[in-house]
Amino acid sequence: MLQRCEACGAFAYPAREACPACLSAALTFVDAPRRGALLAETTARVPSDVYFRERAPWRIGLVRMDCGPTMVAHLHADCVEGAPVMMSFQLDKSGQAVAFARPERETPNMADDRQWREMTADPKFRRVLVTNGRSLIGKEAVAALKAAGAKTVFVGVSEPWRPFAGEQLLRGQQGIEVVTLDAADEKSAADLAADIGGKVDILVNTTEYVRPGGLLDRRGTSIARDEIDQAYLGFINLAQAFGPTMRMRGADGINSSAAWVNILSVHALANWPAFGAYSASQAACLSLSHCLRAELRPGGVKVMNLFTGPVDTEWFQTVPPPKVAPRAVAQAIVSGLKGGLEEIYVGDVAEEIRQRLAANPKALERELDR
Amino acid sequence: MQGKNLLELAGAISSGAVRVVDLTFTLSPDFPVIVLPPEFGQAAPVRIQEISRYDGRGPAWYWNNVTFGEHTGTHFDAPIHWFTGKDLPNNSVDTMPVKDMIAPACVIDCSAGAAKDPDFVLTVPLVEAWEAKHGRIPERHWVLLRTDWSKKGWRDYANLRDDGAHTPGPNPAVMKWLVEERGIIGFGTETIGTDAGQAGHFEPPYPAHHFLHGAGRYGLQCLCNLDQLPATGAVIVASPLKIRNGSGSPLRVIALVSAD
Repeated sequence: MLQRCEACGAFAYPAREACPACLSAALTFVDAPRRGALLAETTARVPSDVYFRERAPWRIGLVRMDCGPTMVAHLHADCVEGAPVMMSFQLDKSGQAVAFARPERETPNMADDRQWREMTADPKFRRVLVTNGRSLIGKEAVAALKAAGAKTVFVGVSEPWRPFAGEQLLRGQQGIEVVTLDAADEKSAADLAADIGGKVDILVNTTEYVRPGGLLDRRGTSIARDEIDQAYLGFINLAQAFGPTMRMRGADGINSSAAWVNILSVHALANWPAFGAYSASQAACLSLSHCLRAELRPGGVKVMNLFTGPVDTEWFQTVPPPKVAPRAVAQAIVSGLKGGLEEIYVGDVAEEIRQRLAANPKALERELDR
Repeated sequence: MQGKNLLELAGAISSGAVRVVDLTFTLSPDFPVIVLPPEFGQAAPVRIQEISRYDGRGPAWYWNNVTFGEHTGTHFDAPIHWFTGKDLPNNSVDTMPVKDMIAPACVIDCSAGAAKDPDFVLTVPLVEAWEAKHGRIPERHWVLLRTDWSKKGWRDYANLRDDGAHTPGPNPAVMKWLVEERGIIGFGTETIGTDAGQAGHFEPPYPAHHFLHGAGRYGLQCLCNLDQLPATGAVIVASPLKIRNGSGSPLRVIALVSAD
């Protein structure tokens, strides 16, 4: 995204008060064409910044965008002076958006570039904990992460005495380790962190507890309590058990800890009364995720929130389509990690709510009330 | 009874002439709980949350907050637990007579049958055969069904399959008979529930709950160490927590057994 002048169409960078071409003040941020050409490159060998000093040598360059502005960018190792590049803004380890130039065309093992990996949380080579392997999303996530090159996928299973569908897909597979984890139980989370906390590079919180009903269609608080127990307190237990070690390991070589993923209902953003109490529990988790993001940031560990509408699972049986396939959620987890994103919206419902919320929150509230 | 006898009992416990056997599983989040179809309300699992452990939250002391459903761990069922006992007087754990909390037990060893068939059921002829050997079951005695189920790993212990749990228990006829013809005070099992895993398909469903609680009797489940009890002569101490209008509670169950 760059500023573009509404009057003359010129792109401006860095951000300005007035258009450098025509002095109009009507500058709005829009998606800019990504293509540019690498004008010049240099390698910082002894950077003054302590972060880059540890990672030197570090390549940067000047990119002239096809749409006009010239930008300083971090460079992919395969970028060649004079050649076309594709630009993107990436979140660096401090959570700051920075310009990054990659070759225009795919090169061999392009995603393995050292500087690119600093900006992303690619599961390749990394060890991932999927916290709940009982859910469909959990099982799909395990498969997708494995396919994306994760070295080990730990899969949490609560109440191991209780069989579940698809269990044989997880047990006895190369690179998949089933571990006992009931995230809602303080000691269970702490015990698992004691065992594998130092090896979890990416944590994917697949806790799933969906029940219909709002306030008046339910009796008492026991279901609401379960919702909070599983989703919210489970989140806290996982964060307290795994968060401190992950934050310490943000720069632990090629296997550094990199990201924490939450799967949230998009109704965390706007209450859906048919699943009203569930929406509220998700809103609580969303708020908590922002706290976690701030607390993990000093270690360079990203928090990615994945928002989804109703998923095609048992507890959304009565909900008409469109619904999101668990596999689509799993694939979005991988692509979000590869892109180093903080937020990702999966499926039409989630995307629509995002847009409607930005456009008219009161209208959205009214629309969800049906 | 004279006070002297009570002191003798205390002395016998202290000397080991009367053995105290713990029939209780440790109350912990790891222990299986009953699984109902998901559309029904579920027992809250056991949760143990530290308040402090000699740390900044409380430098000299360790303590926890504990939450659990009434029917978790080794637990007691009061008559109010079942619809058949809902209108009886003093049918909850806080109002039941405290003298019912101490009673002798008959232990029926069905471990061989249960080892062969997880859906093993206790029947009237089996109890009659037991009585032929050990004598008639006296009134106001507990009947404890020994299956050695408590020795299994948790997965085999819960033994859940696609169509539900497969664990041993009593059939309807024997429950009605034990309550009406023998006047037992209660029925205890090693499994999760006084009824068999498939008892929902019996007629009436869940006969142990149906007949026991309908007649104001009690249930004990998730017991262990029944193999350390004699067939007759053990005295069970089972005092549930005094929960207001409580339908049951986890509890410590102990048995007094004469060592000779």
